[in-house]
Amino acid sequence: MNDNIYLLSIIAVMTVATFATRAFPFVALKGKGGHPLMDYIGRYMPPAVMTILVLYSMKNVDIFNAPFGANEFIALGITTAVHLWKENSLLSIFSATAFYMAALQYGLFA
Amino acid sequence: MKLLWSNKNMNTQTTKYAFEASLPVMFGYVPLGMAFGVLFQDLGYGWYFATMMGIFVFAGAAQFMAVGLLAAHAGLLEVAVSTLVLNSRHMFFGLSLLTRYHAVGLKKFYLIFGLTDETYSLITASHPPPGEDEQNYYFYLTALNHFYWVVGCTLGALLGASVEFDSRGMDFALTALFMVLLIEQWKKIKNPTPFIIAFGCAVGAMWFFPDKMLLVAIALSTAILFGLKPVVDKNK
Repeated sequence: MNDNIYLLSIIAVMTVATFATRAFPFVALKGKGGHPLMDYIGRYMPPAVMTILVLYSMKNVDIFNAPFGANEFIALGITTAVHLWKENSLLSIFSATAFYMAALQYGLFA
Repeated sequence: MKLLWSNKNMNTQTTKYAFEASLPVMFGYVPLGMAFGVLFQDLGYGWYFATMMGIFVFAGAAQFMAVGLLAAHAGLLEVAVSTLVLNSRHMFFGLSLLTRYHAVGLKKFYLIFGLTDETYSLITASHPPPGEDEQNYYFYLTALNHFYWVVGCTLGALLGASVEFDSRGMDFALTALFMVLLIEQWKKIKNPTPFIIAFGCAVGAMWFFPDKMLLVAIALSTAILFGLKPVVDKNK
């Protein structure tokens, strides 16, 4: 029972802390939504964040040892090629993921 | 009557758009949530606590971190500080959404509450059907992602280690989603500077601060973007 209370307080603390980080700019910069500087950052930050997220999600790939991240790079290549060709997000994502799962589970480049 | 009908019809269309846009997140969140659930049930707590964490905390990395902290019986203050540090990148997300999020009241509260990396990515890159209220669209996207995450956490905790299906590699859907959204951003912006800045920051952060890569890269890119505003504007 005591253990459950401990867990519940941990969940409460984490809920508040997570929400605080997400809400902070909205509270601190309340009413600054139309500011040119905010429009500027609203336009150019998403492409920057997307670049970082792609690299972040690849950060555990070992490019210095065999297979040098072959699975990941080929799958990313498939995503890009299919997307530029068909312009269908779902198709690009699922074809690459299907390839990646097969390559990983059947040890294509293990 | 006609107005009511068409209004309802358009809402259905927004839901459909949001569902399609969010599908890749489903393929990422369900297996990731399950991975969390499996680890969590090892701690010996009831499965419904995993559901609860998915509902209230709704932060992937932080929940994985929590498993370790719970196992070590960490103090509340330590958990609070670790969560704040780990999630501090989210502060930068809001910064670039000030103009975009103009819903009010509970809806805005929920949009902010559910602002994960993936929700942020979808919101900044995709659009509601023409003429539809974008705030509603954002709301559906957030709620769908939230739902996938809660389902994943619950399934993982319920099924525990007995999961038969080999989902290894399925979370590549999130990497591919980020890549697709990166291409979409490129088509929209057609200005290489923010991409180059972010690439440099990401590689540098990965090299020097591998454990804090996301935060360092995002904070640094934001600072440089502000600092180089005249240059970025000129390349438009």
